[in-house]
Amino acid sequence: MIIYGTALLAACHLLGIFIGDLLGQLLGVKTNVGGVGIAMLLLMAARLYMLQHNKLPKLTELGVEYWGAMYIPVVVAMAAQQDMVSALRGGPVAVLSAVAAVAVCAVVIALINRAEVVSPESPDAAQLHNPLVAAGE
Amino acid sequence: MLDILEKAALHNGLVTAFAVVGLIVLLAGQISKHLTFGRVHGSAIAIVIGLALAYWGGTQTGGHKGLADMSLFGGIGLMGGAMLRDFAIVATAFEVQPLEARKAGLIGVVALLLGTVLPFIVGAAIAWGFGYSDAVSMTTIGAGAVTYIVGPVTGAAIGASPDVMALSIATGLVKAIIVMVGTPVAARFLRLRTPRSAMVFGGLAGTVSGVSAGLAATDRKLVPYGALVATFHTGLGCLLGPSLLFFATKALVG
Repeated sequence: MIIYGTALLAACHLLGIFIGDLLGQLLGVKTNVGGVGIAMLLLMAARLYMLQHNKLPKLTELGVEYWGAMYIPVVVAMAAQQDMVSALRGGPVAVLSAVAAVAVCAVVIALINRAEVVSPESPDAAQLHNPLVAAGE
Repeated sequence: MLDILEKAALHNGLVTAFAVVGLIVLLAGQISKHLTFGRVHGSAIAIVIGLALAYWGGTQTGGHKGLADMSLFGGIGLMGGAMLRDFAIVATAFEVQPLEARKAGLIGVVALLLGTVLPFIVGAAIAWGFGYSDAVSMTTIGAGAVTYIVGPVTGAAIGASPDVMALSIATGLVKAIIVMVGTPVAARFLRLRTPRSAMVFGGLAGTVSGVSAGLAATDRKLVPYGALVATFHTGLGCLLGPSLLFFATKALVG
């Protein structure tokens, strides 16, 4: 049933956020520490476990994959609610610090990634599992 | 007639948002195909249209949530809000190849640390250059250069003034928008091709919103790898900002 997939996703999401909040409290920070990342790790582990035990029917997978395929539309909606006016009114200090910070990070990213040895099969390593996204490409 | 239509849209906010976003994606796809001949990714154009609408919404209402502040488009706030955004990000974890993620785990952590410390140093130094030479203001603006959430959280913790806080948030917002729009343009320079490179990017480019939109506009396949690392960014920043980074700044400028 498709709801099993969506419910699994929801359970991992909630558990991840909960652990992230707990971690934040333990560390004395007023925010969630990596909750979404922890939720992703939980979902990856759940998927592997269910695959190995043959407990992952196609419909259950679809209940997760639908939301993965909704990712780009959700990001478009996120873009549509950014505080563009405040960002543009920030003045030279905000613009200059942001531009300089991005530029420095971009150079470091380029340096690290240039050091990566790309083996022939590597470009395909990020093969798309989500058939709902693959169909749209 | 128009009244009834408007009422229907108002009472069904999320459904209206689905229709509006579908329309934006459709329009972006057509622009990508016919105006740029497929050279610019449809999702990159859709995100830019979203940002333009956010600007328009912001000027119309004077609010802080772009298009979502207009009552007719309130559903956009739910659809693109943190809840559904994180739900969709977590769902992409289904596509991660655990072996690839594990191979790049260490370099991801290194990137995450660099992605917190480097923007902080740059932001704090520029704040100092503009005359914000006290440790509290420098730290708050530097933290804003990490992400727009780390900025105000840090500022509140160390007692920054409201105008410095606003500056710090603006810095983070500008950064997120540059990453959203700039990533597809700079993808070749950044060598953004493999899962490992996406994880390095996620750690260094920071801000979940910037990374998630930037990667979506570049290559959808890389999204889960970048997001996996980037989601730790805010937590780490809020941890280091008011503590280690503040003390280091204080030791330097007194």
